[in-house]
Amino acid sequence: MIISALCFYLFATIAVAAGVMVISARNPVHSVLFLILAFLNSAGLFVLLGAEFLAMILIIVYVGAVAVLFMFVVMMLDINFTELREGFLQYLPIGGLIGLILLVELVFVVGTWQLTPESVQLAASPMPAPAETSNAEALGNLLYTKYFYLFQGAGVILLIAMVGAIVLTLRRREGVKKQVIARQVARTRAESVEIKKVTPGSGV
Amino acid sequence: MEITLAHYLVLAAILFTLGVFGIFLNRKNVIIILMSIELMLLAVNINLVAFSSFLNDMVGQIFAMFVLTVAAAEVSIGLAILVVYSRNRGTIEVEDINLMKG
Amino acid sequence: MYTACVFLPLLAAIIAGLFGRVIGDRGAQVVTSGALAISFLLSLVIFYEVAIQGEPRDILLFTWVTSGALDFAWALRFDTLTAVMVFVVTIISGVVHVYSIGYMAHDPHIPRFMAYLSLFTFSMLMLVTADNFAQLYFGWEGVGLCSYLLIGFWYTRPAANAAAIKAFLVNRVGDFGLALGIFAIFMVFGSLDYQIVFDAAAGVDGQTIAFLGMEIDVITLICLLLFVGAMGKSAQLGLHTWLPDAMEGPTPVSALIHAATMVTAGVFLVARCSPLFELSESALIVVTVVGASTAIFAATVGLVQNDIKRVIAYSTCSQLGYMFFACGVSAYSAAIFHLMTHAFFKALLFLGAGSVIHAMSDEQDMRKMGGIWRMIPVTYVLMWIGSLSLAGIPPFAGFFSKDIVLEAAYAAQSAAGGYAFWLGAAAALMTAFYSWRLLFMTFHGAPRADERVMAHVHESPKMIILPLFVLAAGAVAAGWLGSDMVDPSNDFWGASIVVLGDNVLEAAHHVPLWVKLTPLVLGVIGIAMAVWMYILNPALPARLAGASRGLYLFLLNKWYFDELYDRIFVNPAKRLGLGLWKSGDGDVIDGVGPDGIAAAVINLSRRASRLQTGYIYHYAFAMLVGVALLVTWYMFTGAV
Repeated sequence: MIISALCFYLFATIAVAAGVMVISARNPVHSVLFLILAFLNSAGLFVLLGAEFLAMILIIVYVGAVAVLFMFVVMMLDINFTELREGFLQYLPIGGLIGLILLVELVFVVGTWQLTPESVQLAASPMPAPAETSNAEALGNLLYTKYFYLFQGAGVILLIAMVGAIVLTLRRREGVKKQVIARQVARTRAESVEIKKVTPGSGV
Repeated sequence: MEITLAHYLVLAAILFTLGVFGIFLNRKNVIIILMSIELMLLAVNINLVAFSSFLNDMVGQIFAMFVLTVAAAEVSIGLAILVVYSRNRGTIEVEDINLMKG
Repeated sequence: MYTACVFLPLLAAIIAGLFGRVIGDRGAQVVTSGALAISFLLSLVIFYEVAIQGEPRDILLFTWVTSGALDFAWALRFDTLTAVMVFVVTIISGVVHVYSIGYMAHDPHIPRFMAYLSLFTFSMLMLVTADNFAQLYFGWEGVGLCSYLLIGFWYTRPAANAAAIKAFLVNRVGDFGLALGIFAIFMVFGSLDYQIVFDAAAGVDGQTIAFLGMEIDVITLICLLLFVGAMGKSAQLGLHTWLPDAMEGPTPVSALIHAATMVTAGVFLVARCSPLFELSESALIVVTVVGASTAIFAATVGLVQNDIKRVIAYSTCSQLGYMFFACGVSAYSAAIFHLMTHAFFKALLFLGAGSVIHAMSDEQDMRKMGGIWRMIPVTYVLMWIGSLSLAGIPPFAGFFSKDIVLEAAYAAQSAAGGYAFWLGAAAALMTAFYSWRLLFMTFHGAPRADERVMAHVHESPKMIILPLFVLAAGAVAAGWLGSDMVDPSNDFWGASIVVLGDNVLEAAHHVPLWVKLTPLVLGVIGIAMAVWMYILNPALPARLAGASRGLYLFLLNKWYFDELYDRIFVNPAKRLGLGLWKSGDGDVIDGVGPDGIAAAVINLSRRASRLQTGYIYHYAFAMLVGVALLVTWYMFTGAV
């Protein structure tokens, strides 16, 4: 038991620290790296909670795809190492105050909240014992049956995101020759070949 | 010490607040804003999974998966917009984004 | 026919006023003068039927107000008092209309003038033929309005505008008192009808009313309030300041309104309400004292005035004082008799003065006149006739009426009556003096005008002189023709004038001889003094003025009443008005209202537009603040 508590505090502390560094690192590349660290520690927390499938998904998708995408963009765009602008301190008091209020309120709400004993029976889809079915299998049992339409909907969303990203960023560059296969295939003999009568001895 | 639901929720609250701070406290560039959004989504995911675990309900994890999906989609679109914007404006300084000034 | 007499001037006023451009100057003059002439002829018939044959009548026209206990109608009441007043009003008005045809011939606004004159006549006729106090008030306000319109007729002149406003405002003070009196009458008697009120008056005698913590006899209160109205309209001491300034209007206006008709409305009111006044000793004493004081005050001021019209104006004020103290000693018929004769000779004097002014190329200052009696002999003779009548020299009209007034004052045998008698006698002396001063300064002596004016002096055209003959005839004959009016042995007045107790007129005819001769003797002395000071010793007046500079200035400045009123009423009112306008209306109301709201809107919108910075993180911050507020609210109201 004590190990899990220790693990929890370890993961939690590093996650919070990483979060702080994300927003206050000077170099944006450092920010992305700290974000990756935060994700990894959250994955650890998920494992502690018994949702190992989700933890691995977090690493694969978030770290492996999203954070890498961030890295791509950070490196691609010409970002200056700007100093921390003076405006930061100007907004710190009021912004900090608002954030602090929010935090305190959230803590009040969650800290004093207790689960009623009956709520356990209210579970929509009770978690099966880990010995019988693994987390992935349990998720799969639920996802492809009860939440099938939502699953397809998520797929559509991803498709749209992909299309949208391509549409937004595709640009045609002037002066670059490209093949248009359809045109090549649709060429007729009449357009491409011309027969000229040439008498021997004279040019074309 | 017993780790209760409250611990996880507090952690999620802290991460969420950090994300919020990141949005309006940063003066550097827009990518930080997008990363702060990711932090917030992470906090929400922790929340969902923690509830799922303590209530013995799988629905929380299903929901967390969908949140993950949507977050990925959103990041890709957001970064695409950012790229196009930086092509047009030449900069992604936060303070230079004021074309909508009323 | 009775109705026609009253309403023909209104018809003429409407035609000339609204269609003046259509019918032209000539048309307006003919219509109005014609209407007045017909009214005058009808008034003669009315006089014969009502006064001489003794058949008063009431004519109901329309219902006006029936609202619960308040019930009065448009009705005409013709009794002897009314008949006499209608006669006076129509004849003087008719004469003035004809005179105006000639006098105002070069004015660019003739139809408007004639219309105003006729409208005024109509209002005055409504006033005297009223059957109830509301209609009286209608006529009262109407003459006030027309007075304002006519005094300010030449509205491009600031002095005329100021004088018109002054007249209207001072009259308003009096009108307010009159209105309060009418309210009190309704409160006590429950009706505004003359007949009902007068019949019930005796029954109410002795009732008191609580006012400002004191118990006041209700009849006295009513009479005093009505008298305040009369004071305003008839320019008695205290509310007299408007009359001299009213001379800014054209001369026919002065003759009609400020000599013969409007200013006599107050006297008419007191005489009409004789059943009420007779029941209140105190009110009668107040009337007497005020009248006598006015008589002497105006006479002293008239002694030193230099404007020919102002002298005559103060003379009017003084003679009105006579009429009031005659009413005060219960000699109402004497007062009305004097009113009638005064109308003739005062109008004659005013119109004659107009003729002089016309001859002297619009010069009104007597110090710049002189030596013209040979050049305008007809005017000269007419002015003499008027002055003789005013001074009370027999056999002219003024002698009869002035004498009976003073005799009645003596015969009243009361303290107030004695006060009135001696002051009235002194005023008679001064009246004679300043009348002849006017004559001598204007017509005699070396010419003090320049040669251009003197070369232009000419007799006025026939149109102007002929009406004066009518007035002169009245000034001569009205006295002995009308002396029957004040004969207590006949029943000339019928029920129109009520006198309780001993008939003072009876006693007036039996006063000692010295009393009867006093006014005549004093008049002659006054004339002699004027001859001495202005014909024999022309340098004397200037020396006297120099020797008693303070007294001279005091009289010249009208006892400093205008300055006093300026300090007490006018300047504070002006400052209050200015303050309310600039700060109250300008700063407070405009500031809070239109201007303030506009400025606030601009201010707020400018500030609100600063929210649209265009910076995303500002917007995100705003959203966060919103979230924080929402959460706080949910937490504290417990709503989830």
